[in-house]
Amino acid sequence: MKIAVCVKQVPDSWAEKKMVNGTLDRENVDAVLNDLDEYAVEEALRIAEEHGGNDEGGPNTVTVISMGPERATEAVRKALSMGANDAILVTDSKLAGADALTTSAVLAGVISKENFDLVLCGTESTDARMSVVPAMLAERLSSAQLTFASSVTVDPASGKVTISRVTEAGVDEMYANFPCVISVVEKINEPRYPSFKGIMAAKKKSIDVRDLAAVGVSVTSAWSLVADSAPRPPRAAGIKVTDDGSGGEKLASYLAEKKLI
Amino acid sequence: MSNVFILADFLDGKPTKTNAELATAGARIGSVTAVVLAPVGKGEAQASSLATGPISQILIVESDYFSQNGVAAVADALAQLVTTKSPAALLVASHAFGKEVAARVAVRTDSGIITDAVDVSSDLTATQLVFGGSTTVHSKVSHGTPIITVRPNSINAELTPATPVVEKIELALDENSKKATITSSKPPVQGDRPQLTEANIVVSGGRGTNGDFSPVEAFADSMGAAVGASRAATDAGWYPHTHQVGQTGKSVSPQLYVACGISGAIQHRAGMQTSKTIVVINKDPEAPLFEIADFGVIGDLFAVLPKATEGVKAHKS
Ligand SMILES: Cc1cc2nc3c(=O)[nH]c(=O)nc-3n(C[C@H](O)[C@H](O)[C@H](O)COP(=O)(O)OP(=O)(O)OC[C@H]3O[C@@H](n4cnc5c(N)ncnc54)[C@H](O)[C@@H]3O)c2cc1C
Repeated sequence: MKIAVCVKQVPDSWAEKKMVNGTLDRENVDAVLNDLDEYAVEEALRIAEEHGGNDEGGPNTVTVISMGPERATEAVRKALSMGANDAILVTDSKLAGADALTTSAVLAGVISKENFDLVLCGTESTDARMSVVPAMLAERLSSAQLTFASSVTVDPASGKVTISRVTEAGVDEMYANFPCVISVVEKINEPRYPSFKGIMAAKKKSIDVRDLAAVGVSVTSAWSLVADSAPRPPRAAGIKVTDDGSGGEKLASYLAEKKLI
Repeated sequence: MSNVFILADFLDGKPTKTNAELATAGARIGSVTAVVLAPVGKGEAQASSLATGPISQILIVESDYFSQNGVAAVADALAQLVTTKSPAALLVASHAFGKEVAARVAVRTDSGIITDAVDVSSDLTATQLVFGGSTTVHSKVSHGTPIITVRPNSINAELTPATPVVEKIELALDENSKKATITSSKPPVQGDRPQLTEANIVVSGGRGTNGDFSPVEAFADSMGAAVGASRAATDAGWYPHTHQVGQTGKSVSPQLYVACGISGAIQHRAGMQTSKTIVVINKDPEAPLFEIADFGVIGDLFAVLPKATEGVKAHKS
């Protein structure tokens, strides 16, 4: 099987984020591999390992695909050190501030040239939190959409993929045939830590860095524009009481006073 | 006058409160058409269940592919309607399904998309709260049909009775929208409590409950609240995953959020930080969630909650 995993480099979840010129200021924060994408990398590796592995010359390959600034190679390297085989990074100054429609167009541009059987993604990036790229990819690639998977079973011989989809609407059992776009929820597995061997091996793995022209996708003007953004006033300091036996009553009185009951 | 589409929102066959909220936002821009995508034979019944909100027209498309093929089939029908009817905007409920449908329609119609809006103005400016609610962003779609997903429980719905004109439309769905097949669907276990994302009040329990949610549930019931949980509680199997609040659970923004025995990890905050009033009960005075609490009680939830429940009941009687 040819398996792709789409990953994104994001500001560390703990870093303070702010807006500059209508987009997230990514320059001045620590950047990491989007933690929800780690589950997708892990699942891709598990699928490969369950069906003959992804060693050189083996039946499967796991390719990491990313779009981002040049420094996104760090996040890509992390996925490689977990055990992916190789990587493609699309980087281009025209992509600064790209939205989900552009991102999905670029990723689809790369994927459509490679004949992947499976494309795995996390359910969302921790910075933009839109949760739309996997569905956009499926639409653009005319592939089956199997998203929000809490379990994935693959039969490489027949090309059939079965998942459980878990959302607020409940649990759906679904299946489709290759090629599929799959997004995985964080309950699906426990991502491995890169081993020392994995980290060393990743240094030698190739990252194919391409610009937009090489992908063959042109970026038109933005689909949406930010008019303004402003930090919200911090929440006014609240009331804090220590329970001395009357904390519960005080809470009830507070709620009554605020007309919340 | 311009016309705005809303995708009628159903959970387990029943209309959600979000429909009236979407219609209220839509009516600021133009007349509102609700699109009902229903199983064969169910369209009229589902349309007539949309009883509240300023809805002036309902378009029904019936197809069993909607439940068999899910997101792709619904998006296909909706994209076809958007293309042929050219509405001024499309508003969709901002949950996993709604956002995915909106995403595919955006690609198909070459339109801009804004997700998780908490408000939409008459000139189609969407308001979003980003970075865990710390920043307000106003933005506008600048290409194609503006597609905006709106967070449930963010807009004060006009609860006027709907008096729509109903029209049924026949559509043929594209083969591409039938590539994934749903073999079974289990709706979430609902119980008697309100739906988490729609509730005005949410009471959540975390690791501090040590597996015993009874004081959390009793307090929730005294206030007619929904019950939520932190990931520590859902992972331990103490409460169903469908009740998880946070980055990888549900995003809620109720009038009141009460967190009991929850420390306040960034992933939990991501799902509740935009709540209007936040109450925290935690025995650790240093618990980070106190930083965003309007009212905090430092104490044992097993002592505080029963007294608070009594207090609420006394106030109500
Ligand atoms: C990729 C990823 C996604 C995640 N997504 C989510 C998510 O969607 N939602 C989520 O909630 N978490 C999520 N998490 C987990 C998150 O990081 C925290 O681990 C989790 O929220 C902790 O839950 P907790 O606050 O209940 O437990 P803890 O952090 O263990 O806190 C328990 C609190 O209870 C207090 N306590 C103990 N006993 C009592 C008592 N008797 N009375 C009062 N207080 C008491 C303690 O002082 C403590 O503050 C995610 C993590 C990752 C890595």
